[in-house]
Amino acid sequence: MIITKKKAAQDILKRLKGKKTVHLFGCGSCAEQCRTGGERELVEMAAMLRDNGYEVTGSSLLDETCYNQLVRKEYRTNPAAGRADAVVVLACGAGVKTVASNADETQPILPALDTTFLAVVESQGRFFEGCSLCGECVLDSTGGICPHTECPKGLLNGPCGGVANGMCEVNTENECAWVRIYSRLKKQGRLALLMEYSPPKDHSAGIRPRKLCLR
Amino acid sequence: MMEEASGLKKALDGGGFVITAEICPPRGSDTAGFLAKARLLKDRIVAANVTDNQRAVMRLSSLACSVLLLREGVEPVFQMTCRDRNRLAVQSDLLGAWVLGIRNILALTGDHVSFGDHREAKAVYDLDSVQLVHTVDVLNHGKNLKDRALGNGTGFFLGAVVAPGAEPFEPEWIKFRKKVEAGARFFQTQAIFDMERFKRFFDDAETFGAKILGGILLLKSAKMAHYLNSNVPGVKVPRELVEELEKAPEGGAQLEKGIEIAARQVKELKGFCHGAHIMAIGQEESVPKIIAMA
Repeated sequence: MIITKKKAAQDILKRLKGKKTVHLFGCGSCAEQCRTGGERELVEMAAMLRDNGYEVTGSSLLDETCYNQLVRKEYRTNPAAGRADAVVVLACGAGVKTVASNADETQPILPALDTTFLAVVESQGRFFEGCSLCGECVLDSTGGICPHTECPKGLLNGPCGGVANGMCEVNTENECAWVRIYSRLKKQGRLALLMEYSPPKDHSAGIRPRKLCLR
Repeated sequence: MMEEASGLKKALDGGGFVITAEICPPRGSDTAGFLAKARLLKDRIVAANVTDNQRAVMRLSSLACSVLLLREGVEPVFQMTCRDRNRLAVQSDLLGAWVLGIRNILALTGDHVSFGDHREAKAVYDLDSVQLVHTVDVLNHGKNLKDRALGNGTGFFLGAVVAPGAEPFEPEWIKFRKKVEAGARFFQTQAIFDMERFKRFFDDAETFGAKILGGILLLKSAKMAHYLNSNVPGVKVPRELVEELEKAPEGGAQLEKGIEIAARQVKELKGFCHGAHIMAIGQEESVPKIIAMA
Protein backbone atom coordinates (compact mmCIF):
# COMPACT_ATOMS: atom_id res chain seq x y z
CA MET A 1 0.00 0.00 0.00
CA ILE A 2 1.40 3.39 -1.06
CA ILE A 3 0.73 6.26 1.31
CA THR A 4 0.02 9.76 0.05
CA LYS A 5 -0.86 13.03 1.72
CA LYS A 6 -2.58 16.10 0.37
CA LYS A 7 -0.58 19.05 -0.84
CA ALA A 8 -1.64 22.49 0.33
CA ALA A 9 -4.24 24.07 -1.98
CA GLN A 10 -1.99 27.05 -2.69
CA ASP A 11 0.75 24.74 -3.99
CA ILE A 12 -1.69 23.34 -6.55
CA LEU A 13 -3.18 26.74 -7.44
CA LYS A 14 0.30 28.22 -7.94
CA ARG A 15 0.89 25.88 -10.89
CA LEU A 16 -2.58 26.43 -12.37
CA LYS A 17 -2.10 30.16 -12.92
CA GLY A 18 -3.24 31.21 -16.37
CA LYS A 19 -5.28 28.04 -16.95
CA LYS A 20 -9.10 27.98 -17.14
CA THR A 21 -10.28 24.37 -17.37
CA VAL A 22 -9.11 21.47 -15.21
CA HIS A 23 -9.72 17.72 -15.37
CA LEU A 24 -9.21 15.55 -12.26
CA PHE A 25 -7.92 12.02 -11.87
CA GLY A 26 -8.38 10.06 -8.64
CA CYS A 27 -7.27 6.56 -7.74
CA GLY A 28 -9.59 3.87 -6.41
CA SER A 29 -6.73 1.89 -4.92
CA CYS A 30 -4.18 3.14 -2.38
CA ALA A 31 -5.12 6.85 -2.50
CA GLU A 32 -8.78 6.05 -1.88
CA GLN A 33 -7.81 3.93 1.14
CA CYS A 34 -5.73 6.66 2.71
CA ARG A 35 -8.44 9.21 1.97
CA THR A 36 -6.50 11.34 -0.44
CA GLY A 37 -7.78 10.35 -3.87
CA GLY A 38 -11.23 8.71 -3.70
CA GLU A 39 -14.68 9.99 -4.66
CA ARG A 40 -14.96 12.32 -1.68
CA GLU A 41 -11.57 13.91 -2.23
CA LEU A 42 -12.33 14.43 -5.94
CA VAL A 43 -15.51 16.30 -4.98
CA GLU A 44 -13.60 18.41 -2.45
CA MET A 45 -10.88 19.21 -4.97
CA ALA A 46 -13.43 20.21 -7.62
CA ALA A 47 -15.14 22.54 -5.13
CA MET A 48 -11.85 24.12 -4.13
CA LEU A 49 -10.90 24.71 -7.76
CA ARG A 50 -14.31 26.21 -8.59
CA ASP A 51 -14.05 28.49 -5.55
CA ASN A 52 -10.83 29.75 -7.03
CA GLY A 53 -12.36 30.47 -10.43
CA TYR A 54 -11.48 27.33 -12.39
CA GLU A 55 -13.89 25.29 -14.46
CA VAL A 56 -13.65 21.59 -13.59
CA THR A 57 -14.58 19.80 -16.79
CA GLY A 58 -14.77 16.32 -15.29
CA SER A 59 -13.14 13.75 -13.09
CA SER A 60 -11.98 10.17 -13.62
CA LEU A 61 -11.74 7.73 -10.73
CA LEU A 62 -9.82 4.76 -12.08
CA ASP A 63 -9.45 1.45 -10.26
CA GLU A 64 -5.68 1.90 -10.43
CA THR A 65 -4.19 5.08 -11.80
CA CYS A 66 -0.71 3.53 -12.02
CA TYR A 67 -1.97 1.14 -14.74
CA ASN A 68 -0.96 2.46 -18.12
CA GLN A 69 -3.75 0.65 -19.97
CA LEU A 70 -6.48 2.04 -17.70
CA VAL A 71 -5.24 5.62 -18.09
CA ARG A 72 -4.77 5.26 -21.83
CA LYS A 73 -8.34 3.94 -22.17
CA GLU A 74 -9.67 6.86 -20.09
CA TYR A 75 -7.99 9.43 -22.33
CA ARG A 76 -9.35 7.60 -25.42
CA THR A 77 -12.93 7.22 -24.19
CA ASN A 78 -13.30 10.48 -22.25
CA PRO A 79 -12.33 13.36 -24.55
CA ALA A 80 -12.94 15.91 -21.75
CA ALA A 81 -9.75 14.68 -20.10
CA GLY A 82 -7.61 15.58 -23.10
CA ARG A 83 -9.33 18.93 -23.74
CA ALA A 84 -8.74 20.45 -20.28
CA ASP A 85 -6.03 23.13 -19.94
CA ALA A 86 -4.49 21.13 -17.11
CA VAL A 87 -4.97 17.90 -15.17
CA VAL A 88 -4.74 17.54 -11.40
CA VAL A 89 -4.04 13.97 -10.25
CA LEU A 90 -5.05 12.72 -6.80
CA ALA A 91 -2.84 9.63 -6.82
CA CYS A 92 0.66 8.58 -5.84
CA GLY A 93 3.66 9.66 -7.91
CA ALA A 94 3.38 6.54 -10.05
CA GLY A 95 -0.21 7.50 -10.86
CA VAL A 96 0.76 11.08 -11.74
CA LYS A 97 3.57 9.75 -13.88
CA THR A 98 1.22 7.34 -15.69
CA VAL A 99 -1.24 10.14 -16.45
CA ALA A 100 1.63 12.36 -17.65
CA SER A 101 2.93 9.71 -20.01
CA ASN A 102 -0.52 9.26 -21.59
CA ALA A 103 -1.47 12.94 -21.84
CA ASP A 104 -0.55 15.07 -24.80
CA GLU A 105 2.86 16.58 -24.12
CA THR A 106 1.35 20.07 -24.21
CA GLN A 107 -1.04 19.35 -21.32
CA PRO A 108 0.38 20.11 -17.83
CA ILE A 109 -0.18 17.28 -15.32
CA LEU A 110 -0.05 18.38 -11.67
CA PRO A 111 0.20 16.22 -8.54
CA ALA A 112 -2.32 17.00 -5.82
CA LEU A 113 -0.57 14.66 -3.37
CA ASP A 114 2.84 13.96 -1.92
CA THR A 115 3.82 10.29 -1.99
CA THR A 116 5.36 9.27 1.29
CA PHE A 117 5.86 5.57 2.00
CA LEU A 118 5.10 1.91 1.44
CA ALA A 119 2.90 0.85 4.31
CA VAL A 120 1.73 -2.03 6.37
CA VAL A 121 -2.00 -1.50 6.90
CA GLU A 122 -2.37 -2.16 10.60
CA SER A 123 -6.11 -1.55 10.54
CA GLN A 124 -8.39 0.70 8.53
CA GLY A 125 -6.88 4.18 8.55
CA ARG A 126 -3.67 3.16 10.38
CA PHE A 127 -0.59 2.82 8.22
CA PHE A 128 3.01 2.16 9.21
CA GLU A 129 6.09 2.13 7.02
CA GLY A 130 7.12 -1.48 6.59
CA CYS A 131 9.60 -1.62 3.73
CA SER A 132 12.06 0.75 2.08
CA LEU A 133 12.16 -1.15 -1.24
CA CYS A 134 15.93 -1.42 -0.83
CA GLY A 135 16.39 -4.39 -3.11
CA GLU A 136 18.39 -6.42 -0.58
CA CYS A 137 16.05 -7.94 2.01
CA VAL A 138 17.62 -8.71 5.40
CA LEU A 139 14.48 -9.76 7.28
CA ASP A 140 15.77 -13.35 7.44
CA SER A 141 18.40 -12.32 9.96
CA THR A 142 16.53 -9.58 11.82
CA GLY A 143 13.51 -11.41 13.13
CA GLY A 144 11.19 -9.85 10.55
CA ILE A 145 11.94 -6.28 11.70
CA CYS A 146 13.52 -4.07 9.05
CA PRO A 147 16.54 -2.07 10.24
CA HIS A 148 16.64 -0.05 7.00
CA THR A 149 13.10 1.09 7.52
CA GLU A 150 12.42 0.99 11.24
CA CYS A 151 15.75 2.44 12.44
CA PRO A 152 15.91 6.16 11.48
CA LYS A 153 19.64 5.74 10.84
CA GLY A 154 19.23 2.48 8.92
CA LEU A 155 21.97 0.85 10.98
CA LEU A 156 22.87 -2.75 10.15
CA ASN A 157 25.01 -3.89 13.08
CA GLY A 158 23.03 -3.10 16.19
CA PRO A 159 21.63 -0.13 18.09
CA CYS A 160 23.27 3.30 18.26
CA GLY A 161 24.13 5.01 21.53
CA GLY A 162 20.80 6.78 21.48
CA VAL A 163 18.74 3.99 22.99
CA ALA A 164 17.07 5.19 26.17
CA ASN A 165 15.41 2.40 28.14
CA GLY A 166 14.86 0.56 24.90
CA MET A 167 13.27 3.53 23.14
CA CYS A 168 14.47 5.30 19.98
CA GLU A 169 15.97 8.76 20.53
CA VAL A 170 14.68 10.05 17.20
CA ASN A 171 11.11 8.77 17.36
CA THR A 172 10.75 8.71 21.10
CA GLU A 173 7.37 6.95 21.02
CA ASN A 174 8.91 3.97 19.21
CA GLU A 175 10.83 1.10 20.71
CA CYS A 176 14.33 0.94 19.19
CA ALA A 177 14.24 -1.31 16.10
CA TRP A 178 17.48 -2.99 17.17
CA VAL A 179 16.18 -3.67 20.67
CA ARG A 180 13.15 -5.30 19.05
CA ILE A 181 15.38 -7.29 16.70
CA TYR A 182 17.44 -8.37 19.71
CA SER A 183 14.38 -9.46 21.71
CA ARG A 184 12.89 -11.33 18.76
CA LEU A 185 16.09 -13.18 17.90
CA LYS A 186 16.60 -14.02 21.57
CA LYS A 187 13.15 -15.62 21.68
CA GLN A 188 14.06 -17.57 18.54
CA GLY A 189 17.33 -18.76 20.06
CA ARG A 190 19.16 -17.02 17.18
CA LEU A 191 21.14 -14.30 19.03
CA ALA A 192 24.30 -15.54 17.31
CA LEU A 193 22.99 -13.75 14.19
CA LEU A 194 23.54 -10.44 15.97
CA MET A 195 27.25 -11.20 16.35
CA GLU A 196 27.61 -11.59 12.57
CA TYR A 197 29.15 -8.58 10.83
CA SER A 198 26.75 -7.07 8.30
CA PRO A 199 28.73 -5.47 5.48
CA PRO A 200 27.78 -2.10 3.98
CA LYS A 201 24.67 -2.23 1.85
CA ASP A 202 24.93 -2.75 -1.90
CA HIS A 203 23.22 0.35 -3.24
CA SER A 204 23.89 -0.73 -6.81
CA ALA A 205 20.88 -3.00 -6.32
CA GLY A 206 18.75 0.13 -6.26
CA ILE A 207 20.09 2.32 -9.06
CA ARG A 208 17.21 4.35 -10.42
CA PRO A 209 14.98 4.09 -12.27
CA ARG A 210 14.39 0.41 -11.49
CA LYS A 211 12.41 -1.83 -13.79
CA LEU A 212 11.06 -5.34 -14.14
CA CYS A 213 10.14 -6.69 -17.55
CA LEU A 214 8.63 -10.17 -17.52
CA ARG A 215 8.29 -10.28 -21.28
CA MET B 1 56.04 13.90 11.59
CA MET B 2 54.65 11.58 8.92
CA GLU B 3 56.30 8.51 10.37
CA GLU B 4 55.40 9.25 13.96
CA ALA B 5 53.12 6.72 15.58
CA SER B 6 50.18 7.50 17.83
CA GLY B 7 51.24 8.96 21.16
CA LEU B 8 47.89 7.89 22.57
CA LYS B 9 48.64 4.27 21.70
CA LYS B 10 52.12 4.57 23.19
CA ALA B 11 50.71 5.99 26.41
CA LEU B 12 48.02 3.32 26.72
CA ASP B 13 50.47 0.52 25.90
CA GLY B 14 52.83 1.99 28.51
CA GLY B 15 50.28 1.12 31.17
CA GLY B 16 49.97 4.54 32.77
CA PHE B 17 46.62 6.21 33.41
CA VAL B 18 45.80 8.17 30.26
CA ILE B 19 43.68 11.31 30.14
CA THR B 20 42.04 12.66 26.99
CA ALA B 21 39.55 15.48 26.64
CA GLU B 22 37.31 16.73 23.90
CA ILE B 23 37.26 20.11 22.21
CA CYS B 24 34.44 21.32 20.04
CA PRO B 25 35.30 23.21 16.82
CA PRO B 26 33.93 26.75 16.41
CA ARG B 27 30.76 27.50 14.47
CA GLY B 28 32.52 29.77 12.01
CA SER B 29 36.08 30.29 10.87
CA ASP B 30 37.39 32.22 13.89
CA THR B 31 39.68 29.68 15.51
CA ALA B 32 41.10 31.87 18.28
CA GLY B 33 38.95 30.39 21.03
CA PHE B 34 39.53 26.87 19.84
CA LEU B 35 43.29 27.39 19.79
CA ALA B 36 43.25 29.01 23.23
CA LYS B 37 41.54 25.90 24.60
CA ALA B 38 44.08 23.71 22.83
CA ARG B 39 46.96 25.62 24.43
CA LEU B 40 45.33 25.31 27.80
CA LEU B 41 45.11 21.53 27.48
CA LYS B 42 48.51 21.03 25.89
CA ASP B 43 50.84 18.88 28.03
CA ARG B 44 48.03 18.22 30.50
CA ILE B 45 46.33 15.54 28.42
CA VAL B 46 47.67 12.85 26.11
CA ALA B 47 45.31 13.63 23.25
CA ALA B 48 42.34 15.84 22.46
CA ASN B 49 39.24 14.60 20.65
CA VAL B 50 37.82 16.91 18.03
CA THR B 51 34.08 16.46 17.71
CA ASP B 52 32.46 16.04 14.29
CA ASN B 53 29.40 18.28 13.90
CA GLN B 54 28.37 17.16 17.36
CA ARG B 55 24.63 16.94 18.00
CA ALA B 56 24.28 17.41 14.21
CA VAL B 57 25.06 21.12 14.54
CA MET B 58 27.19 22.37 11.65
CA ARG B 59 30.65 23.51 12.72
CA LEU B 60 34.16 23.86 11.39
CA SER B 61 35.44 20.52 10.09
CA SER B 62 36.80 18.06 12.64
CA LEU B 63 39.56 17.11 10.19
CA ALA B 64 40.69 20.73 9.78
CA CYS B 65 40.55 21.33 13.54
CA SER B 66 42.54 18.15 14.15
CA VAL B 67 45.28 19.54 11.90
CA LEU B 68 45.15 22.85 13.81
CA LEU B 69 45.74 20.88 17.01
CA LEU B 70 48.74 19.13 15.47
CA ARG B 71 50.26 22.53 14.65
CA GLU B 72 49.78 23.52 18.28
CA GLY B 73 51.60 20.40 19.40
CA VAL B 74 48.46 18.73 20.75
CA GLU B 75 47.80 15.19 19.54
CA PRO B 76 44.33 14.98 18.03
CA VAL B 77 41.77 12.19 18.05
CA PHE B 78 39.86 12.85 14.84
CA GLN B 79 36.23 11.99 15.51
CA MET B 80 34.44 10.75 12.42
CA THR B 81 30.72 10.10 12.27
CA CYS B 82 28.74 8.16 9.67
CA ARG B 83 26.07 10.84 9.38
CA ASP B 84 27.64 13.22 6.87
CA ARG B 85 29.77 11.13 4.50
CA ASN B 86 29.24 8.20 2.18
CA ARG B 87 31.86 5.47 1.90
CA LEU B 88 33.86 7.34 -0.74
CA ALA B 89 34.10 10.49 1.37
CA VAL B 90 34.85 8.42 4.50
CA GLN B 91 37.84 6.67 2.93
CA SER B 92 39.05 9.76 1.16
CA ASP B 93 38.92 11.87 4.35
CA LEU B 94 40.64 9.10 6.31
CA LEU B 95 43.51 9.00 3.82
CA GLY B 96 43.62 12.78 3.94
CA ALA B 97 43.79 12.74 7.72
CA TRP B 98 46.65 10.25 7.61
CA VAL B 99 48.81 12.24 5.21
CA LEU B 100 48.17 15.38 7.26
CA GLY B 101 49.66 13.64 10.29
CA ILE B 102 46.56 12.52 12.22
CA ARG B 103 47.16 9.19 13.95
CA ASN B 104 44.02 8.54 16.03
CA ILE B 105 40.49 7.99 14.81
CA LEU B 106 37.34 7.70 16.86
CA ALA B 107 34.55 6.10 14.82
CA LEU B 108 30.98 7.01 15.77
CA THR B 109 27.49 6.66 14.34
CA GLY B 110 26.69 10.35 14.81
CA ASP B 111 23.62 12.05 16.23
CA HIS B 112 20.66 12.12 13.88
CA VAL B 113 20.14 15.31 11.85
CA SER B 114 16.76 15.77 13.50
CA PHE B 115 18.58 16.96 16.65
CA GLY B 116 20.67 19.56 14.90
CA ASP B 117 20.46 22.91 13.17
CA HIS B 118 20.00 21.52 9.63
CA ARG B 119 16.99 19.29 10.20
CA GLU B 120 16.08 19.17 6.52
CA ALA B 121 19.44 17.60 5.61
CA LYS B 122 19.77 14.08 4.24
CA ALA B 123 21.27 11.84 6.91
CA VAL B 124 23.80 9.67 5.10
CA TYR B 125 24.65 6.62 7.25
CA ASP B 126 26.00 4.83 4.18
CA LEU B 127 28.12 3.00 6.76
CA ASP B 128 27.27 2.32 10.38
CA SER B 129 29.81 2.59 13.20
CA VAL B 130 30.88 -1.07 13.02
CA GLN B 131 31.33 -0.78 9.27
CA LEU B 132 33.26 2.46 9.79
CA VAL B 133 35.61 0.69 12.21
CA HIS B 134 36.02 -2.05 9.61
CA THR B 135 36.75 0.58 6.93
CA VAL B 136 39.55 2.15 8.98
CA ASP B 137 40.92 -1.32 9.65
CA VAL B 138 40.88 -2.14 5.94
CA LEU B 139 42.77 1.10 5.14
CA ASN B 140 45.19 0.21 7.94
CA HIS B 141 45.86 -2.99 6.00
CA GLY B 142 46.69 -1.05 2.85
CA LYS B 143 43.45 -1.71 1.01
CA ASN B 144 40.21 0.06 0.29
CA LEU B 145 36.68 -1.20 0.84
CA LYS B 146 36.73 -2.79 -2.62
CA ASP B 147 39.75 -4.87 -1.58
CA ARG B 148 42.00 -2.89 -3.87
CA ALA B 149 45.62 -2.53 -2.74
CA LEU B 150 46.47 1.13 -2.15
CA GLY B 151 50.25 0.95 -2.20
CA ASN B 152 50.34 2.87 1.05
CA GLY B 153 47.40 2.79 3.37
CA THR B 154 47.10 4.17 6.87
CA GLY B 155 48.27 3.16 10.33
CA PHE B 156 45.63 4.72 12.56
CA PHE B 157 45.19 3.90 16.20
CA LEU B 158 41.54 3.02 15.92
CA GLY B 159 38.94 3.78 18.53
CA ALA B 160 35.21 3.50 18.97
CA VAL B 161 32.52 4.34 21.48
CA VAL B 162 30.57 2.20 23.90
CA ALA B 163 27.69 3.06 26.24
CA PRO B 164 28.24 1.00 29.41
CA GLY B 165 24.97 2.34 30.83
CA ALA B 166 22.79 1.32 27.87
CA GLU B 167 19.46 -0.24 28.73
CA PRO B 168 18.96 -3.00 27.65
CA PHE B 169 22.67 -3.71 27.81
CA GLU B 170 23.09 -6.96 25.88
CA PRO B 171 22.61 -5.48 22.35
CA GLU B 172 25.17 -2.78 23.24
CA TRP B 173 27.55 -5.43 24.57
CA ILE B 174 27.21 -7.43 21.35
CA LYS B 175 27.94 -4.29 19.35
CA PHE B 176 30.99 -3.57 21.51
CA ARG B 177 32.33 -7.02 20.71
CA LYS B 178 31.64 -6.51 16.99
CA LYS B 179 33.62 -3.27 17.11
CA VAL B 180 36.54 -5.08 18.74
CA GLU B 181 36.34 -7.82 16.10
CA ALA B 182 36.22 -5.19 13.36
CA GLY B 183 39.48 -3.69 14.63
CA ALA B 184 38.76 -1.17 17.41
CA ARG B 185 41.72 -0.99 19.79
CA PHE B 186 40.56 1.67 22.20
CA PHE B 187 37.18 2.82 23.48
CA GLN B 188 36.01 6.10 24.91
CA THR B 189 32.78 5.53 26.76
CA GLN B 190 29.67 7.63 27.05
CA ALA B 191 29.39 9.54 30.31
CA ILE B 192 29.63 7.31 33.37
CA PHE B 193 27.83 8.07 36.59
CA ASP B 194 27.31 4.60 38.00
CA MET B 195 30.89 3.66 38.79
CA GLU B 196 30.12 0.19 40.17
CA ARG B 197 28.26 -0.76 37.05
CA PHE B 198 31.06 0.66 34.92
CA LYS B 199 33.63 -1.36 36.86
CA ARG B 200 31.74 -4.56 36.07
CA PHE B 201 31.61 -3.57 32.40
CA PHE B 202 35.32 -2.75 32.45
CA ASP B 203 36.28 -6.09 33.97
CA ASP B 204 34.41 -7.95 31.21
CA ALA B 205 35.45 -5.61 28.40
CA GLU B 206 39.13 -5.63 29.31
CA THR B 207 39.35 -9.35 28.56
CA PHE B 208 38.82 -8.50 24.87
CA GLY B 209 42.15 -6.70 24.79
CA ALA B 210 40.95 -3.19 23.97
CA LYS B 211 41.98 -0.16 26.00
CA ILE B 212 39.14 1.65 27.71
CA LEU B 213 38.89 5.29 28.72
CA GLY B 214 35.96 6.03 30.97
CA GLY B 215 33.86 9.00 29.86
CA ILE B 216 33.61 11.79 32.42
CA LEU B 217 31.10 14.52 31.73
CA LEU B 218 31.55 17.79 33.58
CA LEU B 219 28.27 18.73 35.25
CA LYS B 220 28.25 22.52 35.01
CA SER B 221 25.10 23.00 37.10
CA ALA B 222 22.17 21.20 38.70
CA LYS B 223 20.09 22.48 35.80
CA MET B 224 22.37 20.68 33.35
CA ALA B 225 22.04 17.46 35.34
CA HIS B 226 18.25 17.72 35.14
CA TYR B 227 18.47 18.44 31.42
CA LEU B 228 20.66 15.39 30.83
CA ASN B 229 18.28 13.18 32.73
CA SER B 230 15.29 14.22 30.70
CA ASN B 231 16.90 14.73 27.29
CA VAL B 232 20.03 12.66 26.75
CA PRO B 233 19.56 8.95 26.18
CA GLY B 234 21.72 6.56 28.13
CA VAL B 235 22.81 9.24 30.61
CA LYS B 236 21.41 9.02 34.11
CA VAL B 237 22.80 11.40 36.70
CA PRO B 238 22.06 9.80 40.07
CA ARG B 239 20.00 11.73 42.59
CA GLU B 240 22.87 12.00 45.08
CA LEU B 241 24.95 13.91 42.54
CA VAL B 242 22.06 16.18 41.56
CA GLU B 243 21.48 16.96 45.24
CA GLU B 244 25.19 17.59 45.77
CA LEU B 245 25.07 20.16 42.96
CA GLU B 246 21.83 21.71 44.21
CA LYS B 247 23.32 22.30 47.66
CA ALA B 248 25.80 24.74 46.12
CA PRO B 249 24.42 28.19 45.21
CA GLU B 250 23.63 28.59 41.51
CA GLY B 251 26.37 29.93 39.27
CA GLY B 252 30.09 29.59 39.86
CA ALA B 253 29.69 27.52 43.01
CA GLN B 254 27.76 24.80 41.17
CA LEU B 255 30.43 24.68 38.50
CA GLU B 256 33.06 24.31 41.23
CA LYS B 257 31.03 21.44 42.68
CA GLY B 258 30.80 19.87 39.22
CA ILE B 259 34.56 20.11 38.83
CA GLU B 260 34.97 18.48 42.23
CA ILE B 261 32.61 15.64 41.23
CA ALA B 262 34.41 15.10 37.91
CA ALA B 263 37.78 15.05 39.66
CA ARG B 264 36.45 12.51 42.13
CA GLN B 265 35.24 10.32 39.27
CA VAL B 266 38.59 10.53 37.47
CA LYS B 267 40.26 9.57 40.74
CA GLU B 268 37.98 6.54 41.04
CA LEU B 269 38.82 5.53 37.48
CA LYS B 270 42.52 5.75 38.32
CA GLY B 271 41.97 2.85 40.67
CA PHE B 272 41.17 0.32 37.93
CA CYS B 273 40.70 1.78 34.44
CA HIS B 274 43.10 2.49 31.56
CA GLY B 275 42.19 6.13 31.45
CA ALA B 276 39.60 8.87 31.47
CA HIS B 277 38.07 10.89 28.67
CA ILE B 278 36.83 14.25 29.92
CA MET B 279 33.94 15.92 28.14
CA ALA B 280 33.60 19.49 29.40
CA ILE B 281 31.27 20.69 26.60
CA GLY B 282 32.33 24.32 26.20
CA GLN B 283 33.92 24.52 29.64
CA GLU B 284 37.34 23.16 28.55
CA GLU B 285 39.11 25.75 30.71
CA SER B 286 38.02 23.67 33.72
CA VAL B 287 39.76 20.51 32.50
CA PRO B 288 43.22 21.35 33.92
CA LYS B 289 41.60 21.90 37.32
CA ILE B 290 39.78 18.55 37.16
CA ILE B 291 43.06 16.84 36.31
CA ALA B 292 44.96 18.67 39.04
CA MET B 293 42.38 17.71 41.67
CA ALA B 294 42.07 14.07 40.59
